[in-house]
Amino acid sequence: MKLLIIAGPPSAGKTAVTRQIIRHFLGTKKCAFLKIDVVRAFEDEELREEFHIPARKIYSGDLCPDHTGIMVLKDALSWAKGLETDIFIVESAGLCLRCSPYVTQSLGIVVLSAVSGMNSPLKMGPMISLADVAVITKTDLVSQSEKEVFREKTKEVAPAIDIIETNAIQGTGLRFLMRAIDQQAEISDPATILLRGIPPLGVCTICVGKREIGWQNHFGVVRKLDGADDIFRGD
Amino acid sequence: MIYPVTMRSGVISEITILPGHDKAGNPEPFDRIVIRPGDTLSIVGPTGSGKTAFINDIEVFACNDTATGRTVLVNGEIPEEDFIRDPSKKPIALITQNTKCLADMSVDAFLSMHVRARKMSDPAIIAKTIDLANQFTGEKIQPGCRITALSGGQTRSLMVADAILISNAPLILLDEVENAGIFREKVIEVLKDHDKSVIFVTHDPLVSLLSDRRLVMRHGGVEKILQPDGREVRIREMVARMDLTLCRFRERIRAGELLTEQGFPV
Repeated sequence: MKLLIIAGPPSAGKTAVTRQIIRHFLGTKKCAFLKIDVVRAFEDEELREEFHIPARKIYSGDLCPDHTGIMVLKDALSWAKGLETDIFIVESAGLCLRCSPYVTQSLGIVVLSAVSGMNSPLKMGPMISLADVAVITKTDLVSQSEKEVFREKTKEVAPAIDIIETNAIQGTGLRFLMRAIDQQAEISDPATILLRGIPPLGVCTICVGKREIGWQNHFGVVRKLDGADDIFRGD
Repeated sequence: MIYPVTMRSGVISEITILPGHDKAGNPEPFDRIVIRPGDTLSIVGPTGSGKTAFINDIEVFACNDTATGRTVLVNGEIPEEDFIRDPSKKPIALITQNTKCLADMSVDAFLSMHVRARKMSDPAIIAKTIDLANQFTGEKIQPGCRITALSGGQTRSLMVADAILISNAPLILLDEVENAGIFREKVIEVLKDHDKSVIFVTHDPLVSLLSDRRLVMRHGGVEKILQPDGREVRIREMVARMDLTLCRFRERIRAGELLTEQGFPV
């Protein structure tokens, strides 16, 4: 079984890309799909109805969707394996632009929208830098120069990333994504799968419901306005 | 004549389109369509006949993997992957009907960003690009204008100039250039001067008549290829005069005049 992990900001076109993958492999490979979302998601129902494939979802609710993904991935792999799946597609919510749900033994795909502004790749970090492939969608809606600049900025974040530009609704240019999936190795040993990077911190006193403002009112993970660096320290 | 673009595998001398099929699966009735530097083609046909799909096939270098089954070759061969995937090496610029500049920045900042992405060093290129764009539009573009404040015609003019000078693409695909109200004859003249190949998707009689070849589309496939070879020159000249007359009327209407002549010479 191959594992694909798809991340990307809301409305970037993750599900449009997923649809193209399923459509491409329909009839030759058995796909299964898991959507991790926060409050509501419909992708599982849509894909099940459209392609008659096993599809399910899980809501992360108050937890970071990446944390939820890590918690459930082992169970999910067993579920997909039990269905004799060839390609298991996990689509994450991708809300805070800090997400990085990619694991070892998988193909990590970040979906970015060309209309989201040319500096947007620079604002994302590990969601791009830890992925194997960046699929840039909606390139039919922007000018040639914006497309080129978007590409340069993506490469600034991840110099070695494989960039694929597409109009995901039409599926133009996706032959290179399908090839990457074809070349992706199967999962060798699920017991040794590791998260590639460290996910955003997801437990702090704000997360558990303390609403007072100011670091003096919190503990665990705190930050002051001055004198803090990017590494959060417990207090 | 060869393109002034050096690539790992040399220069581009021609782009070839091999036939696919129409919506009913009937093969297209041509052996190959070869496009060389300086060629102009227009693609005509009713809405939904496959005009835009044709230029999209070229833009993605189809290799029998699109809905039409066409294959596009560069110098007679399947192009190298860099050609297709790296926009700075890709020899094609596509300007679609719905292409917009979304960046909310000034014209010169926008162009200089593109120049940096292309790693070009000519400091005058930005001014040259704006000057060229201003030859295509009646409303002058200022370097300090916000991109988002430009009119449709100004944006389209700027993108054509950018494709010619900064992208330096040898083949330019223009989808319904006439819609934006830019000086079509001037665009065609400049493209020829720069030895660019151009493919117009068009409903415009003048653009069609100014092209060397016309591809007629029907039901998703190429139905025929017309090569006027000068036989249309009388009509072309007449249409050019009519176009000029209409342009003048348009300018006067825009200027707030009443047009009270009792007839006019075409």
